[in-house]
Amino acid sequence: MLNVKEVSGGYGEHNVVHDVSFQLQQQEILGILGPNGSGKTTLMKMISGLHPLSGGAISFKGRPLSDYSSKQLAKEMAVLPQLHSHAFDYTVRETVSMGRYPHQKGMFALWTEKDEKAVVEAMVQTGVLSFEHQSIQELSGGERQRVFLAQALAQEPKLLLLDEPTNHLDLSYQKQLLDLLKDWTTTHQLTVISIFHDLNVASLYCDRLLLLHEGKTVGLSSPGDVLKKDIVERVYQARVHTQAHPELPKPQITLLPNHGRHKQDLIRKEQFHVSAAHVHFTAEQPLKSLSSAVIGAGLGWHRHFVNRHVPMDYSCDDSYRDMCDYADQHGWNSSDTVGMMTAVMVEDVVIREYHDDDLSIVIAVTAGVGNAVDVSLAHKRKQKEAIGTINSWVFINGKLSDEAFIQAMMTATEAKVKALQHAKVKDPITDTLATGTSTDSLLVASTQSGPFVQYSGTVTALGKLIGRGIFECTASAIESYWHRKKSQ
Amino acid sequence: MQKPSTRTYSANRIWFGYLLSSIFLFVAFCLAITLGSVQVPLKEMLQIFWGTLFGTHGETNEMMKTIVIDIRFPRVVLAALVGASLAIAGASFQGLLKNPLADPYTLGVSSGASVGAVMTIFLGFTIPGLGNFTLPVVSILAALLTLIAVLGFARFVERSMKMETIILTGIIFSSFLGSILSLMIALTGEELRQIISWLLGSVSMRGWEYIRLIAPFFILGSFLLMWNARELNAMAFGEERAHHLGVNVQVRKYFVLASGSMLTGAAVAVSGTIGFVGLVVPHMVRMAWGADHRHVLPLSVLNGASLLILCDLVARTIVAPTELPIGVITALLGAPVFGLILIRQRRERRG
Repeated sequence: MLNVKEVSGGYGEHNVVHDVSFQLQQQEILGILGPNGSGKTTLMKMISGLHPLSGGAISFKGRPLSDYSSKQLAKEMAVLPQLHSHAFDYTVRETVSMGRYPHQKGMFALWTEKDEKAVVEAMVQTGVLSFEHQSIQELSGGERQRVFLAQALAQEPKLLLLDEPTNHLDLSYQKQLLDLLKDWTTTHQLTVISIFHDLNVASLYCDRLLLLHEGKTVGLSSPGDVLKKDIVERVYQARVHTQAHPELPKPQITLLPNHGRHKQDLIRKEQFHVSAAHVHFTAEQPLKSLSSAVIGAGLGWHRHFVNRHVPMDYSCDDSYRDMCDYADQHGWNSSDTVGMMTAVMVEDVVIREYHDDDLSIVIAVTAGVGNAVDVSLAHKRKQKEAIGTINSWVFINGKLSDEAFIQAMMTATEAKVKALQHAKVKDPITDTLATGTSTDSLLVASTQSGPFVQYSGTVTALGKLIGRGIFECTASAIESYWHRKKSQ
Repeated sequence: MQKPSTRTYSANRIWFGYLLSSIFLFVAFCLAITLGSVQVPLKEMLQIFWGTLFGTHGETNEMMKTIVIDIRFPRVVLAALVGASLAIAGASFQGLLKNPLADPYTLGVSSGASVGAVMTIFLGFTIPGLGNFTLPVVSILAALLTLIAVLGFARFVERSMKMETIILTGIIFSSFLGSILSLMIALTGEELRQIISWLLGSVSMRGWEYIRLIAPFFILGSFLLMWNARELNAMAFGEERAHHLGVNVQVRKYFVLASGSMLTGAAVAVSGTIGFVGLVVPHMVRMAWGADHRHVLPLSVLNGASLLILCDLVARTIVAPTELPIGVITALLGAPVFGLILIRQRRERRG
């Protein structure tokens, strides 16, 4: 519908926008991004007919923009500016009603049913109807922003131009406003061009992004193609990291600040506390950890690590809550804690340190093989899960990549299987060699300082340490378990 | 989900505003006709008007008839037209510049018009073909030129044209034009007292001739402004916003500026510089009945007329038999209101 062709423009001799071209698709949301001074607002003003072009052409629905009168254009195109000035006490309703200006005809400009309907709908959609008779001067910045959005929507535009629409809004209204716009693209055949400062918000809501740098197009494509680490770092001159959004196939950008983390002390096996109730370790600084624990599972940063003994007949409806309470009772902030449970006597934990040059790891394993399982035949059994019995911890004094974390988990698991085979642990039901127990848990945590580890497969330096360490510790833990069984 | 009750309520409030303003105007009119050095009873006044209208010669007192018809009536009508012109001009300048402190006086437009008027009166020239209308036409042109100069200068000082910048520019131009006036007066060697009393504004002893001078400009100017009321509403949110709402800003802006100058110039030409009417009246109207220019403009006309009629009444009765210049009374009223608006604006901005 909108065709921007090799457009340039600026102030005086100095061009701020150079040769920008794009074709707007019906009902899409196009985000315009760029650092301060990259020409976003100037481009927007040229599209809205406020600023002259020094080169190129803009056409809307096949006709040059200059063919439209202000009124004709306002029927098709509405603008929500970044800043609003207002000198008088207009009520919210009066303000929103001005959006009908381009639709009213003749000297007396009669107020029709259609006008009334558009105004009320815009006020309902933006949630400002409840204060329609209040003066806009009494409103907060966010409320005012919604009133002006309602004014723009009352114009019933086909194209909506927004300049940082979420500027004064808190998180919930940001989401509401953008969800509303997304909704209007389908329900009202609305097409949107919006300037964004927040790359992540733009990535989530825009179909396409136009990234400007010094007035020139750097990228015009889907968020995934535009928001690449190297492009963003070059344009914004900032260190960033990109990762996937947890729910949508959209990239999210994280700033990497210059202030580093404090130097991390090496983790030593002496720092672990063992009692009848739990095995516990508290790190000086949070560790990056990947685990399948009861609390603090998944990928995150944690300081406290606890493997708690619970009785054989432990049953709790909400073991998560129970584990959190346990952590809090001991003075470990539960949101900072990775917590596991086991019915095994945790005093029998095997904790050992392994070194290779400047790389070192600490491994802690508690094992019980009472409900050992052969994973290849597990489909034959119908049994409820019991509490984890082989809980393995791997602490690494090093800086791991994401892939190293995953390979560490794999390597540790393989070594555990080998230890069970070595001890000839059998699945009591199938009478075949067991590969683990039904609810084993694994934690890999690293200081993220010290030597960098890209990979940790079985034959890498770290892989070798983990393989050997988990095998030895697990084997030793199983021996202790059997020893205790016999002596009982 | 509409709320008809509140909607009717606000619509009723506006109509109540028109009713109240009309009553106020009628009362002001009656007071101004009846009160003075010679008291004319209300009944007598009505009889005189009745008689003059329908040519019936009742038992009316000839002296009273002269006072009412030849002296007070034209004076009151002139005061009403001047007040109405200044008030609606003020209201439109405020909307256009989104500046509640703007009015013909604070913008320096009145001073500009005075220079034009003084030039015409004391140099005594006429533009061929215009005759008597030379005076208002020159005043109007001077007003328009001044307004363009003030706004151009303010924009030159600061592109965003903050409220204070415009007012300061207006004051600079006022002082400058005031000095030119003084200079002209000194050079013409006329009697100073008379000129100064004209400068402070007066509607006395002008007669029907002056009403004929201002009336066409008042009608045309008010009509043009009311025609642009919705555009003024949009422009009160800034020119960019108005453009996005579909207003042809360049054309409408010049309509408003020209109409405002026309009203100011014509008013100054017949009555001298009467300050603050354009500030006080729209401000009161907005406080009472909201900021919608479709109502602010006509209500300002009604109340501007009433206010100036009353001010004139006070001016000629308070220290009778001496007459005070009417500008003294409006300034006594207007300057504190100016201060109040400034305080309010400041507070709100600090928020």
